Amino acid sequence: MLKIAGLTAEIDGKQILNGIDLVIPTGEIHAVMGPNGSGKSTLSYVLSGREGYEITGGTVTFNGMDILAMEPEERAAAGLFLAFQYPVELPGVGNANFMRTALNSIRKSKGEPEVDAMAFLKLARTKLKALQMSDDMLKRNVNVGFSGGEKKRNEVLQMALLEPSLAILDETDSGLDIDALKIVADGVNAMRGAGFSALVITHYQRLLDYIVPDRVHVLMAGRIVKSGGPELALELEAEGYAKVAA
Amino acid sequence: MNALASGAAGFLARFEGLRGLLPGGRTLWLDALRVGAAQDFAASGLPGRRIEAWRYTDLSPIAQAGFNEALTLTVESPSLPPMRAPHRAVFVDGRFAAHLSTMPAHARSLAAHLPEAEGVLGALAFKLPVVSLNTMLFEDGLLLDLPEGAEGGALELLSVVTHTERPIAFHPRHLIRIGAGASLTVIETSLGPNGAIYLHNPVFEIDVREGATLAHVRIQREGRSGFQLSTVLAAVQAGGTYDNFTLNAGAKLVRNEIHTTLLGPKAACHMNGAQLVGDGQHADTTTFLDHAAPDCASRQTYKTVLAGKSRGVFQGKILVRQAAQRTDGYQMNQALLLSDEAEIDAKPQLEIYADDVKCSHGATVGALDEAQLFYLRARGIPVDQARAMLVQAFLTEAVEGVSHPLAQAALAEATEGWWEREAA
Repeated sequence: MLKIAGLTAEIDGKQILNGIDLVIPTGEIHAVMGPNGSGKSTLSYVLSGREGYEITGGTVTFNGMDILAMEPEERAAAGLFLAFQYPVELPGVGNANFMRTALNSIRKSKGEPEVDAMAFLKLARTKLKALQMSDDMLKRNVNVGFSGGEKKRNEVLQMALLEPSLAILDETDSGLDIDALKIVADGVNAMRGAGFSALVITHYQRLLDYIVPDRVHVLMAGRIVKSGGPELALELEAEGYAKVAA
Repeated sequence: MNALASGAAGFLARFEGLRGLLPGGRTLWLDALRVGAAQDFAASGLPGRRIEAWRYTDLSPIAQAGFNEALTLTVESPSLPPMRAPHRAVFVDGRFAAHLSTMPAHARSLAAHLPEAEGVLGALAFKLPVVSLNTMLFEDGLLLDLPEGAEGGALELLSVVTHTERPIAFHPRHLIRIGAGASLTVIETSLGPNGAIYLHNPVFEIDVREGATLAHVRIQREGRSGFQLSTVLAAVQAGGTYDNFTLNAGAKLVRNEIHTTLLGPKAACHMNGAQLVGDGQHADTTTFLDHAAPDCASRQTYKTVLAGKSRGVFQGKILVRQAAQRTDGYQMNQALLLSDEAEIDAKPQLEIYADDVKCSHGATVGALDEAQLFYLRARGIPVDQARAMLVQAFLTEAVEGVSHPLAQAALAEATEGWWEREAA
């Protein structure tokens, strides 16, 4: 379970998060929707531990752990995964090597044996197939020369391999055509279950047609201003943020 | 007398004392060559930082070390790394060790076959102070003459240091001729014990004939108190190719100077390198590419990673002479600074006298990319390992142009754990 209470944060002296309260029980998928500049990406970076954000108040606990006190890699080892809005290109780093290193880092921190190259390849191929990605993707450098859709699929592939207990999807739908959107949504839905929660951050309702959330929260000016069921997303789409939040 | 002058005087005194004892000391042509080199060296001395080509590299630590030449030492039988190629020429403290070597038919010890070097030794040399020092004092080297059309395979050239009690200097002279249409790979590895003060001052004269190919992979892993001044003088005839990949990972101070002249049409040259410079180290790569004939191509990619209090230097000059129409030249040098106390000096230079030329160069200096580092950490990879991955990725491009897989393997070996050691 993820529990965010009174979270405030700033960047370069500018306050972006103004007291966020949010609870995601284990096994649920919650959506956070909000207009540009409402603090959506800041929330995802603060939760995953990116440097440069000053936490000025509040707490975040994940399965009882104070994750704000943990390094990004410790958070990942604890089961937290961020699907990046803008996946980073790593020239000179092979995709397969990157993912196997990540998987083994997490396994090592749990005291589990490492996966060798052959076993990893076998595992990766089954996940690739489900995401309708070619084996070729493993041989390329991480995200280098990938199309927008390929980058997002590559994020979902990493999620499928690392099997987190909480995934934060930061505008994973942006830049995807409808076919790619379905594939990505299927990838997330395949992970749904008692041990998996997700925080789906999005600007548009469209993604939520395919990943149906348990709860929807509206983020405006760094605060959750309204929460509701999946129907809230449709309402936002029809009426606009200003009216719904008013 | 300043440090450089007294250092130079010390080398000259060694030459006066050893003159008759050096290999070929009683051979007229060689003695004349050595005396001429001594006169040049007496005039130039060890170059100081007021000389433009030595602005960023200070030789005072070498001048002050008070070296003895390795001449009077006995060859020991050191433990050697496993062989990387079917043939291996081993030099211990600068002298050929026949009992440790497995030589191909086309290669032998220079000291033992001096008459064959007449007219070859010095033929490609310029009046550079470090080359004069080598000519004056060399004791041995590799004499390699690959016949026309021969497929020479791979030869390992290994230099090891065993003498640690007092500072020694050795100045091997390697003469390599690749006959027309022949091809060869030379994998050169320089090793030395940490803590030993020594100077390794090799000079290569490399003659690549028409349509011949030489791949020269150089792995410099001298001990951390050692010095290396190395000079490669290569001339490439029409349709020939000289590929040089140099890894600088060791030594307290290294100057890796490469002069390649493309003498005939359609000659080609790839010069790539990677420098891993840790705390207390100084690494200098200086290249001079002389396009003297039309339709030649040259490619240079140099990458330097610096940690701790260290200094890196890259100087790269491309000269395109008037005759060298349709030259295709490219040079890139990039540095990655991992510490606030590290310094890189980069000086690319293009001098073009032909009018139909495609020539470009670029340089970048930067720190590790925070976004890339965070991406790796967000996937669970610990910060030191993430840094090491990015350092290796940065260097990868410099090896990609080198066809020989051993270059790749050697670089991976040297970079593995490098960041962890330097960060400790």
